[in-house]
Amino acid sequence: MKLGVLGLLAVVGVPALVFAACGDDGDDDAGSSTTEARAEQSALEGDITVFAAASLTDAFTEAGTAFESENPDVSVEFNFAASSALREQILAGAPADVFASANTSNMDQVVEGGAASDPENFVTNRLQIAVPAGNDAGVTGLDDFADADLLIGLCAEEVPCGEFAREALANAGVTPSIDTNEPDVRSLLTKVEVGDLDAGIVYVTDVIAAGDAVEGVDIPADVNVIATYPIAALTDAGNAEVADAFVEFVLSDEGQEVLGSYGFDAP
Amino acid sequence: MRPRRPGPRRVNQQRAPWLILPLAAAALAYVAVPFVALLQRAPWSDLGHLISRPIVLDALRLSITTALAATGIALLLGIPLAWLLARTHFPGRSAARALVTLPMVLPPVVGGAALLFAFGRRGLLGGPVYDSTGFLLPFSMWGVVAANAFVAMPFLVLTVESGLRGADTRYEDAAATLGASRSMIFRRITLPHAAPSIIAGAVLCWARALGEFGATVTFAGNLQGRTQTMPLAVFLALESDRDAAIALSLVLIAVSLAVLLPLRDRWLSV
Amino acid sequence: MLHAAIEVHLGDFRLDIGLDVGDGEVVALLGPNGAGKTTALRAIAGLQPLDNGRIELDGTVLDEPAADIFVPTADRPIGVVFQDYLLFPRLSALDNVAFGLRARGHDKAGARNRAREWLERFGLVEHANAKPRTLSGGQAQRVALARALATDPRLLLLDEPLAALDAGTRLEVRTELRRHLATFHGARLLVTHDAVDALVLADRLVIVEHGRVTQTGTPAAVTARPASRYIAQLIGINLLHGTAVGEHTVRLDTGGELTVADPLPGSDIALAIRPQAIALHSHQPDGSPRNAWTATVTDLEADRDRVRVTLTGPVAATAEVTPAAVAELELAPGVSVWATVKATDLEAWSS
Repeated sequence: MKLGVLGLLAVVGVPALVFAACGDDGDDDAGSSTTEARAEQSALEGDITVFAAASLTDAFTEAGTAFESENPDVSVEFNFAASSALREQILAGAPADVFASANTSNMDQVVEGGAASDPENFVTNRLQIAVPAGNDAGVTGLDDFADADLLIGLCAEEVPCGEFAREALANAGVTPSIDTNEPDVRSLLTKVEVGDLDAGIVYVTDVIAAGDAVEGVDIPADVNVIATYPIAALTDAGNAEVADAFVEFVLSDEGQEVLGSYGFDAP
Repeated sequence: MRPRRPGPRRVNQQRAPWLILPLAAAALAYVAVPFVALLQRAPWSDLGHLISRPIVLDALRLSITTALAATGIALLLGIPLAWLLARTHFPGRSAARALVTLPMVLPPVVGGAALLFAFGRRGLLGGPVYDSTGFLLPFSMWGVVAANAFVAMPFLVLTVESGLRGADTRYEDAAATLGASRSMIFRRITLPHAAPSIIAGAVLCWARALGEFGATVTFAGNLQGRTQTMPLAVFLALESDRDAAIALSLVLIAVSLAVLLPLRDRWLSV
Repeated sequence: MLHAAIEVHLGDFRLDIGLDVGDGEVVALLGPNGAGKTTALRAIAGLQPLDNGRIELDGTVLDEPAADIFVPTADRPIGVVFQDYLLFPRLSALDNVAFGLRARGHDKAGARNRAREWLERFGLVEHANAKPRTLSGGQAQRVALARALATDPRLLLLDEPLAALDAGTRLEVRTELRRHLATFHGARLLVTHDAVDALVLADRLVIVEHGRVTQTGTPAAVTARPASRYIAQLIGINLLHGTAVGEHTVRLDTGGELTVADPLPGSDIALAIRPQAIALHSHQPDGSPRNAWTATVTDLEADRDRVRVTLTGPVAATAEVTPAAVAELELAPGVSVWATVKATDLEAWSS
């Protein structure tokens, strides 16, 4: 039987590639060989789009990469934005497979709209005060937020972060002197990083994600607000199997480890 | 050849080449349909109540004031710049023109971030100014004006430059022979002759400033009554109250039409 | 008094002329389009800097590249009437005339009063508030002139002052312009491509061709002895060249021989013959006209109430005859005729 050039390449090439892939055993730790094992067994394939709250950006990106390496025929795309914006897009019919929200209210509305069912809480997040590196203004707690001489920023009331921040301030009996209500956490954080704001209230995870540019000041547990993040595969998901698998991954030990490393707490 | 029957007498009107009409109609429709859709979803019964809330009036007042102020700045700084670009030859002129065009190319949010790095509290210029005088642009109405001027001025500069470039300089020669100083020539000959392009440029600038969002929110922040312009109010309203968002949009559209419709053709033509 | 040595390079074109205009003199810079006349005027006005040379007006140097002197246009005591008049479209006739006075510091009322006086002088006072676009060509020209004169300039420059007018108005306006120019006592320099304008308006002509001066002189001198083909054609005079053979005979380059009345001044000779001086006959004429030759008609051109007949032959010239003569002689292209000219009608000089 005649083998064309392609056929010849396949016959010679495929075994070569397999041997090469199995060849680098040198410095692997236990985790990646488990990944490899799973990768070899994974039958999942396809693309999914995950709509996730902005505060999940770094954590979910890493989780997505981990998920992809365990499922080599899968690719995950993310759309990070304020949970309320994402909610609107989903209810208007945007093509998404998974929704991870920064609060339960937005997820409830999505469920009410029939776009999702059976959401599960996968992490919680606490609020923290963010100040520029060096904390020149000497901010020590929520009481400083009433100081009209300081430049104070919060998230806008319409987004979860802003809603919770106001709740925490109310818990502490502080009437804040606000200079700006930012439309999302990232823009609030940018202003704090650059030093244009003396303090803002964001999530613990955001402070960690900002690294050295931002310092965190803790909010006492008795006034702090816990944000519960629910996740759900959407009913109109283009690829339900992979969507469910991703949700499962997020809830799994491995997923939780990734999320924990970014500052999220267990649900 | 069959003689054509004379149609209705159209004096001075060009008969359109056949391809132009359907394409132009498509363009018009493309712009009109979204507005029609907006009108269709408008909460007509609630409208009065929705647009008389203080948040709306604050945002509207702020939008109009800052757009006017930004246009004023653009006129003051932009016309001389346009003159320089159109009438003089200096090394780096094309670089200067490219620089002026940049804000049009940059995503507004990037523009806002750049403004922050320049004029923010720890900015290149803003830092020293704040340290010595306590003056700060972000979080103030002037920050909104600054952001608006940054994104909208290029429209004015380019329009006026083009108008000046096409202008007849012989009248300026005539004025010189009569002994007019350069500033007199500029005031009494150049500017009046450039009036149509200045008006057109100012309108474009004002419209752009009125709709500005990304640079404003990134640089000046968002606070009702001080920095929350109409576009910001609409954006946030969309998150929680779609009816309010549409109502606000209608107000913005109405204001724009109120300015654009009365503009006579001949003020804008050269 | 204007003394100008003008050298300007524009791309491939080189303008290199010398020019003097005395107070009380009207000088016309005459030449074909593209000769450089307008460039020269712009240089004197300061709108075109010199590359070399010197412009001096009443003892003050206005432009001298070698000495690094350049007086800007606005500081030169000149008045300019431009080809399209360039009246400021948004200003009334009165405000146009007042413009120069305002520029020199007069207050609005004072400037307007003086402007009104000028308009009266030009008979335009009832158009004082009219906008330029409502004025006729002749009226606009007068306003432009008034505007230029209102600032009491030392030198008046006119760039093709009649070019924007149609043939009918031209005649009338030209006569008027001559009158108005006479009321100004400074130096006056006008630029034109129209020979008649130059001849009517100027005391002295400076002919410019291809960036060089080819002849200067009074209109009479130039028309009597044109120095170049262009000038001859411009004035409508025949210019022929030849060599002297004997004291009174010229052998022309085209082959024929003509006899002149006065003794010839040299060996290379230029001859001018007015077209009207050439007579045409169907047969060789009797008597003894010294100058007679056969010629072939190549072209006929009606010119108002005369016909210009172009002839080739030993004497190549254009004759001007009446339409009746054309009919009588049955003149048409290709027809042969006899042509004669009196020796006394020939102007000869050393070329």
